[in-house]
Amino acid sequence: MPIVKPAPAEQFDDMGQQRRAVLMGMWVFLVTELLLFGGGFAMFAMYRVQHPQVFAEAAGHLSLPLATANTVLLLTSGLTMALAEQAVEAGSRRLTLVFYLATMALGLGFLGVKGYEWYQEWQAQLMPLPGLVFAWPGNESQQAELFFNLYFILTGLHALHMVIGLGLLGVMVVLVQRWRDPHRLTRQTQVSGLYWAFVDVIWLFLFTTLYLLGP
Amino acid sequence: MTAEVHKHYLSGGWSLHSWLLTTDHKRICWLYLVSITGFFFLGGIAALLIRLELMTPPGDFLTAEGYNETFSLHGIVMVWFFLIPSIPATLGNFLMPMMVGARDLAFPRLNLLSWYIYTLGGIFTIVMVIGGGVDTGWTFYTPYSSLFSSSAVIAAVAGVFIVGFSSILTGINFIVTTHTMRAPGMHWLRLPLFVWANYATSLILVLATPVLSVTLLLIAAERLLGIGIFDPSLGGDPLLFQHLFWFYSHPAVYIMILPAMGVVSELITCFSKNRIFGYKGMVLAIMAISLFGFVVWGHHMFTSGQSLYAGILFSFFSFLVAVPSAVKTLNWTATLYRGRITFTAPMIYGLSFLGLFAIGGLTGIFLAALALDVHLHDTYFITAHFHYIMVGGAVTAYLGGLHFWWPKMTGRLYSELWSKIAALALFIGFNLTFFPQFLLGYSGMPRRYHEYPEAFQLLHVMSSLGSVVLAIGYLLPLVYFTWSLFRGAPAGANPWQAEGLEWRTASPPPKHNFVSIPRVTEGPYAYR
Ligand SMILES: [Cu+2]
Repeated sequence: MPIVKPAPAEQFDDMGQQRRAVLMGMWVFLVTELLLFGGGFAMFAMYRVQHPQVFAEAAGHLSLPLATANTVLLLTSGLTMALAEQAVEAGSRRLTLVFYLATMALGLGFLGVKGYEWYQEWQAQLMPLPGLVFAWPGNESQQAELFFNLYFILTGLHALHMVIGLGLLGVMVVLVQRWRDPHRLTRQTQVSGLYWAFVDVIWLFLFTTLYLLGP
Repeated sequence: MTAEVHKHYLSGGWSLHSWLLTTDHKRICWLYLVSITGFFFLGGIAALLIRLELMTPPGDFLTAEGYNETFSLHGIVMVWFFLIPSIPATLGNFLMPMMVGARDLAFPRLNLLSWYIYTLGGIFTIVMVIGGGVDTGWTFYTPYSSLFSSSAVIAAVAGVFIVGFSSILTGINFIVTTHTMRAPGMHWLRLPLFVWANYATSLILVLATPVLSVTLLLIAAERLLGIGIFDPSLGGDPLLFQHLFWFYSHPAVYIMILPAMGVVSELITCFSKNRIFGYKGMVLAIMAISLFGFVVWGHHMFTSGQSLYAGILFSFFSFLVAVPSAVKTLNWTATLYRGRITFTAPMIYGLSFLGLFAIGGLTGIFLAALALDVHLHDTYFITAHFHYIMVGGAVTAYLGGLHFWWPKMTGRLYSELWSKIAALALFIGFNLTFFPQFLLGYSGMPRRYHEYPEAFQLLHVMSSLGSVVLAIGYLLPLVYFTWSLFRGAPAGANPWQAEGLEWRTASPPPKHNFVSIPRVTEGPYAYR
């Protein structure tokens, strides 16, 4: 079978221009994502300054071991993702698949641990949802509720991004399954890699602001 | 020759399929034009209802609640669904690729997607606002929108949230197109000011919209899940909502006015047949406005109990924005000097813009002054001020741009006489409507009331009568543009003898804009 040279989409002059445009588009998109979380972080910071004591106390009720485990899982997935990119460069289809699947497994592991952590908080009556009892053992119960509201919204938003990232990885796995020429995949690989790295970075911010700034 | 005529972008057919699934930026411009015009007239009807109620001092035509719902509808539709997308999504969509010398935007499918998001989200929001009786005003201030509202706020906020994504997609598309799709020889400092203006606007769209998104998300969570984010009884802070809201919504003013400034730069140069005065200064001013726009949001909260020191800083920065704005106004005026001026309809719109924007901008300086703002806050002075910027500025430039590029978009001319009458009706009607509101506000008439003391009636009646003239100014183009679409004389490639890449190709342009990608050898506005 003759190898057909990949053609750019009709608005581009060549593949190089298309790749530059797509990567830049992804970067700009990630900036918007960063600002989406940025608004949430700004709000959290404001409230933390207004209610320093109870926020620190509430942070102490989060599970640092589980969050640390999750940080390890996610950082490792960042490594496997980078390795997948290298495997595409090297043209090894089997290795690429292995690394993508490993990344997915680590991502699912993260969501599992996160879900268990939420379950624990629900058990401890720290989930301020309508119909649930919010039982705060200390003073300033309402301000503690504010903390947990923001905690669930921010981690929930991050988990949603993880799910989207996993979907993206699923697409990549399908693409790798039917790959013919690895060079056709570099653009998609880089885009999904950028997204995954972004989700990683946001988690690091969440980990430091929510868990590590405790008492 | 006939073969050439049949190859333009509209000759691909008129089937529904050829429109709804198109990825051609020029056709998507038309999709946007249809949606935006629909939203504009809906918001306009609400405005006329408001003016009708205000003809007489007692509240006899609308109830207080009905009035709140009407001005909420007017504000929500006009700000979120008309002004913010207006120039970038229509003229920008059509012209950005042509002006940089590209075949299309970088992401044509995203472009189509953004139209779908915008139109469906807009219709959804409006149905919810009307059906659900939303009465929060366009700002959705907490606790009006959270604790004290029984209306469909969640749905309306969700709609605005969704439409935000269409802004973001357009912004990404324009930024990437400007960076990566320029024709050979098209350096950054050879870009027309319209491109610069839309580029700066896109930066704001991309940087500010997500902050609005997360804020709206939190209001929805607050109402839907019943959890407190801005609820003071939980130690939350309603003022924080205002901070986050205006962090987006002040820059949003520049989302509306920067593209208008871009349009006006093209109009003034073409119809005075002069190079723009101080091109680099204009570029710098555009970028400075978009930058300063991010640090002035607190001027909306001088009377909301923010700290005095914050107030002083925000006041200072607000004064600072006036500098690049004045640079632009003076440069346009200097461009007219010794030009060969022709008073075509687009030029009348352009000159109207200069006058109206100057008044809107100068009254903005009044409002940026801390002490004076205490007196003028939440009065009709504010209403008049921002209408001078957004309607007198942005809408006038939008219409001017539409008249300027209409021959390019359709290949046809429109009635010269009627278009001049429409442009004059707009200028006269606008001033008659909104100038009395400065006087009303200064003498103490507050915003958002459906009744008022008898002493204010004369000015209110003037304003209401003016709004009728203004409405005529808006309706006329609809008539003669429609006529032109079917009966207008052929325009030819360059009916205005204008400079710019878009005028060097046929009208209407071929599918990929240029028969062959142009090579750029000089800067913009190479007149005479
Ligand atoms: Cu402002």
